[in-house]
Amino acid sequence: MPEQNSNKNEWPLWEVFIRSKAGLDHKHAGSLHAIDAQMAIENARDVYTRRMEGVSIWVVESKHVHASDPDSSGAMFDPANDKIYRHPTFYDLPDELTHM
Amino acid sequence: MKNRILYTLQLADNALIYGHRLSEWCGHGPVLEQDIALTNISLDFLGQARGFYQHAANLFNALPLAEKQGMFLSVALEEKVKKGENIDEDDLAYLRDGWDFRNLLITEQPNGDWATTVARAFYFDTFNHLYYTQLQKSNDLQLAAVAEKSLKEVTYHKRWSSEWVIRLGDGTQESHEKMQAALNDLWPFTGEMFRMTDVEQEMADGKTGVDAAALHSQWKQDIVSIIDEATLQLPEGTRLQDGGKDVRHSEHLGYILAELQFIQRAYPGMEW
Repeated sequence: MPEQNSNKNEWPLWEVFIRSKAGLDHKHAGSLHAIDAQMAIENARDVYTRRMEGVSIWVVESKHVHASDPDSSGAMFDPANDKIYRHPTFYDLPDELTHM
Repeated sequence: MKNRILYTLQLADNALIYGHRLSEWCGHGPVLEQDIALTNISLDFLGQARGFYQHAANLFNALPLAEKQGMFLSVALEEKVKKGENIDEDDLAYLRDGWDFRNLLITEQPNGDWATTVARAFYFDTFNHLYYTQLQKSNDLQLAAVAEKSLKEVTYHKRWSSEWVIRLGDGTQESHEKMQAALNDLWPFTGEMFRMTDVEQEMADGKTGVDAAALHSQWKQDIVSIIDEATLQLPEGTRLQDGGKDVRHSEHLGYILAELQFIQRAYPGMEW
């Protein structure tokens, strides 16, 4: 993402990822401002885990996140539309198997 | 038993008054994230205050009537006692007057600028961390339980305020000067934390309370290590402000109670 120059006094932006419980993966929770990584983790603790949402926090400065170009989303994602055979929906699963 | 109640109230009042002070930052923090951080910390203290007030109320309700009378100067509370009603945590928070409050003077000092709030937190959090560590060993199991629960919170508070002292002290010229000025301004209020009242001495001797005087050297060592890292100077001077624990307060407490207690005084028993 490009650097924001609108307000030079503003603290850098960070993206926050929270693991809600052991064994699950970290999920993007939102973003916040902080001076450094340590403050970002503590701010994330205060902003995003007040209601026991997490057991682990990752932060990464937003400028280090590289994103796909929305203008090329057609070429990027549409070709997957008609490839239903890529979904594993043609297998018979036992009833006891959940979370698939 | 009376002194155990007064001792418990001192712990409760510290948490309530300091928590209320921090709550005044709500909506006024320098950035959203720190606004929420302070609100969280404020709520931690409110929770601690509740634990202590509930315990104090239970101890008080168990007293014979003769011993209950005259313990509090507040008329509203005395009325309840006369009628033979039990009191609860809310009564102790909302119906006592300033001359029944036993909080440390440092907890009622105004928020001032950000550096002042940080300096006050730094002195008090470092103290609380040592204090609750000891209070966990109290032979009063309720006090020990509240201390144990609170210690995790306080450990985070100490980290929060210490990091801000370092960040501001070792920051710009301006932040360094403001942080030093705030440390100097609040220094005279630190002595009271370690001066033992008769009530505290009795509680410490009976293994119920903490010997606060014995914590002083460790407290000083802890704050010096942070102050050094922050390139700041330990304030000097030994003329210390004192009196909160003996119910002699600065002018600030009255204003705090006026705001904190107004609703319950004007509309007794109101809930929402």
